[in-house]
Amino acid sequence: MIMPLINGLKITLKHLFMKPVTLQYPDERPTPSPNYRGLHALKVSHNRAKCVACYLCPTVCPAKCITVEAGEDQNHDKYAERYEIDLLRCIFCGYCVEACPVDALKMTDQFELANYKREDFVFVKERLLEK
Amino acid sequence: MGYEILGLPMAYYIAMVLKVLVVFVFVLLTVAYATYAERKIIGHMQVRLGPMRTGWHGLLQPIADGLKLFFKEEIIPSQADKFAFLIAPVIALIPAFIGFAVIPFGETIEVGGYKIPLQIAAYYDTAAGKVVDLNVGVLYILALASVGVYGIVLAGWASNNKYSLLGGLRSAAQMVSYELAAGLAIVSVFMLSESLSLQKIVADQANGAWYAFKQPLAFILFCICSLAEINRTPFDLPEAETELVSGFCTEYSSMKYAMFFMAEYANMVTVCAVTTTLFLGGWHGPGFLPGWFWFIAKVYFLIFTCMWIRATYPRYRYDQLMRLGWKVFLPLTLLNIVVTGIIVSF
Repeated sequence: MIMPLINGLKITLKHLFMKPVTLQYPDERPTPSPNYRGLHALKVSHNRAKCVACYLCPTVCPAKCITVEAGEDQNHDKYAERYEIDLLRCIFCGYCVEACPVDALKMTDQFELANYKREDFVFVKERLLEK
Repeated sequence: MGYEILGLPMAYYIAMVLKVLVVFVFVLLTVAYATYAERKIIGHMQVRLGPMRTGWHGLLQPIADGLKLFFKEEIIPSQADKFAFLIAPVIALIPAFIGFAVIPFGETIEVGGYKIPLQIAAYYDTAAGKVVDLNVGVLYILALASVGVYGIVLAGWASNNKYSLLGGLRSAAQMVSYELAAGLAIVSVFMLSESLSLQKIVADQANGAWYAFKQPLAFILFCICSLAEINRTPFDLPEAETELVSGFCTEYSSMKYAMFFMAEYANMVTVCAVTTTLFLGGWHGPGFLPGWFWFIAKVYFLIFTCMWIRATYPRYRYDQLMRLGWKVFLPLTLLNIVVTGIIVSF
């Protein structure tokens, strides 16, 4: 009965001398892992978004946060005239990235997505383009 | 220096006022920084940092907390009993501080030809050549511990809130049952010292003959019972955030809450000082440093242990607490008294 109590005290004493895992956030920043699912980005190739507006991402999206409208360019190719992600609905599951047949979508390591207005959470195509 | 009041030279009174001031400020600072130390120590035991952003490593945190509480709005529930509601924090706070009056915190020092014992309620009797202090010092401390309960019970009752009332009742039951065991644990110390004067008890423990070694069972039982008496984990049932929404102080805000908080920590400091005096040889220690240093060191070590225990153990359940108090500690302390009595008389 006494030994477990003493062992408990030993464990807490040992932890007292461990290096704390706390990150002093605004001063110290975490390095997200390579597969971190942050803000989405539309990949760019030959100065235009790779997206072909196939509608697979809005279809697979469980939160229904992606809006795509297709358009036709001068080469009669299909492209996304409108591409919006509502981050207030998004659950960052990454299914859209998995579903994309042309590898046009990826998720970045940006995680500081706070904003002041609801409208600012809807990311339109221009804001999503890969920088 | 020719003036005499009640047969004692003026210097004794000046010394007494100075002692009161120094001790009071020191205890207040200890109380303030005990909150900081608690957050830091528990933080590091949970591999966190604790307060870091107010001053260097959060050192100004207690001051910031105090200022914040001081400037907060006073809220008194409309259904509360106003007088009792306002007086309860005061009743909780004052006994916690005045317990220090009888605790000897250092050897007798000599200033300007006068011998001054480092104990507030004491003076050096030149005719008798010894320190005279309150000859029922321990009783005084036990009495104050009981008065402290009234503050908590009153707070619980005056708030007119079912959780507060439950917290107050719990604390009444808990403190009364553990005071019994704590008091009986101290009785075995009196049997050895044959005095209730704390000066005498400390003098008996000179040269490392601590009562903690002579009465190990009483020492351990007293430590546990005092934890229960000052409502600290694992016996913090009156507050029990998870079930009673912090119990008796649910309805308290601003300075009144701060007073309960200070009372809790001042109680901890006082109880640690009493434990040091009764069991750990008081201010006695290796001679190369003054007595008050050893006293403070021992008290701080005990305070650290309280925090260490808080970081380690979960809270007791109410029925377990009562069973432990009445069915385990009480018989054990009685047994200890009987055994001590047999050893002392033969």
